[in-house]
Amino acid sequence: MTEILFFVEVVVAGLLAGTMYSLVALGFVLIYKASSTFNFAQGAMVFFAVLAFVGFMELGLPFFLAFIVTILLMGVVGFCTERLVLKPLMNQSEDTLLMATIGLGFVLEGLAQAAWGVEVRRLDLGIGDFPIQWIIDTFGLFVSALDLTAGLVAAVLILGLSILFKYTKMGLGLRAVADDPGAASSIGIPLNNIMLLVWTAAGVVALVAGMMWGARAGVQFALVDLALKALPVLIIGGFSSIPGAIVGGLIIGATEKVLEVYIGPYFGGAIEGWAPYVLAIFFLLYRPEGLFGEKIIRRV
Amino acid sequence: MKSNNIFMEYTKNDIINFLLLMFVALLIIPITIESGYWYSSILIPWLCLALASIGQQIVMGYAGQLALGAAGFMAAGAFACYNLILRVPDIPFFVALVLSGLIAAAFGILFGLPSLRVRGIYLMVATLASQFFIVWMIDKFGWFKNYDSSGIITAQDIVIMGKSFTSPLEMYLVIVFVVTVLTLLAVNMARGSTGRNWMAVRDMDIAAESMGISLLRTKLQAFAISAFYCGVAGALFAFTYLKSLEPVAFDIKLSFKILFMVILGGLGTISGAFIGAAFILLFPVLLNSVGNNIFHGAIDATIISSIEQVVFGVLIIIFMIYEPLGMAKLWDNIILKFKKNN
Repeated sequence: MTEILFFVEVVVAGLLAGTMYSLVALGFVLIYKASSTFNFAQGAMVFFAVLAFVGFMELGLPFFLAFIVTILLMGVVGFCTERLVLKPLMNQSEDTLLMATIGLGFVLEGLAQAAWGVEVRRLDLGIGDFPIQWIIDTFGLFVSALDLTAGLVAAVLILGLSILFKYTKMGLGLRAVADDPGAASSIGIPLNNIMLLVWTAAGVVALVAGMMWGARAGVQFALVDLALKALPVLIIGGFSSIPGAIVGGLIIGATEKVLEVYIGPYFGGAIEGWAPYVLAIFFLLYRPEGLFGEKIIRRV
Repeated sequence: MKSNNIFMEYTKNDIINFLLLMFVALLIIPITIESGYWYSSILIPWLCLALASIGQQIVMGYAGQLALGAAGFMAAGAFACYNLILRVPDIPFFVALVLSGLIAAAFGILFGLPSLRVRGIYLMVATLASQFFIVWMIDKFGWFKNYDSSGIITAQDIVIMGKSFTSPLEMYLVIVFVVTVLTLLAVNMARGSTGRNWMAVRDMDIAAESMGISLLRTKLQAFAISAFYCGVAGALFAFTYLKSLEPVAFDIKLSFKILFMVILGGLGTISGAFIGAAFILLFPVLLNSVGNNIFHGAIDATIISSIEQVVFGVLIIIFMIYEPLGMAKLWDNIILKFKKNN
């Protein structure tokens, strides 16, 4: 019985940690849906956003104000990216855009470190990374409060974004742009505003993801490497699907935790570092478009 | 016209350029440069990384497969070489070097397999697996490190025909030899049918396939040869530059560095690998000396390295927008303009 409980505990911890990957992947999906760009810089945006947030807090801004200012800053970053990087590269091949966003990632990482320094910051959200007592009492499970908060925040964000995309005029416009940018702009959908909205939304998602990661592991450069794990998440879930990002994150989170706990000890541990990527390879071999992705049809 | 040459035909200019380069590399540099600093901190790492960039160039610039795991293959090569010299008695250095390249190539084929199904960022994620897996494997299985618990292993001396090559100049000569041979080979492959197949697959794989080019063969060949170059480069890098073997030296940052060398240097050119490696290696040195001499250390070293990152990123974006073929093409353009004006 305790073994089963332990297994459940491992899976739950994995699932909740997985929502953090989902959050990073979500920003990726937003931009991919709107502009068919693989935004490799999403990880760097996470780092940039949360470092900026902590930086503003250190300047003495209250929590809420710092949050707003950071979102505005991410809007500016999105605006500049759109104007200076993506516009000039319109109609270029996907690989070219991908390489450009790798460059963008380096710019953001460098700027963040130049502006706010390289030392590890602590981010205290007032939520501890320790088990919640009443869950231990009722179910006998150890579930971290931070993990649970991350899960809830992710759920709220996804709900909000889904409503935004499904039921608002802006969202309708966005879907039109995603479908066919040329046709969308010819019927008068403001392409620039939509892009700005998407990049800002991706910035908000990045900030939230960064705050969750930062509260757990400290705000530091290693966040960028953690954010790389959003890539296998996307492969498993599909690049253009919001539910895919969530499910992919959960799968990666749970699998890597279970593997680490049950198989890791035989190999000296730390297989979390590569297990998600190998899992992604298996998905690529059997279902390259991901669980929820659209089938990729290439025309010659 | 000779018809069945083993090597591609070269124009007079090519041969003159080659002899000139060899003259500089083997005579002028050894005679004029005496300080060990130039060899061990600039020339040796430059040539090693240029070799790895050629590997990256083959898979990415020629075969068009977006791979991001060069440092993993370098690690495989470096540790293979260490173990071969350690465990096989009296193995000649060059044999060990070639074998370690082949071992890296085997990894290249294994992790190149996903390229048969996917491309672009999908492939990039698959190759990231190689990067993390290889470094983890070396780190976690004590055998590879000869059960050394300190984590840092001193590399053996390079011994060729009973003579050990340990001074910076001697090691430089060994590297020049290896790099020259492999670069010539790469140029020939790129110009020959192998390279043409790669480029056909890069430009449009479906068209290439319908012309009878086997995608399986061509892609895996590119991955294998690329990993071979990276493996040899990794072994040289560890034995002559780092002089120690530690898995962390081959982390993802190095892979990104090599990727940048190839993108900035110019995709699809061998010379681009050398130009890109020189730039990525020298720019931080330049930036540091500017920081020290002009601002007298008033700027923090971490800020300088951040600025370096920003500059690399901005340059990549600028090159992608204005000159996707990189510095090699820029250089060609300058020469062309110069010739026109004369």
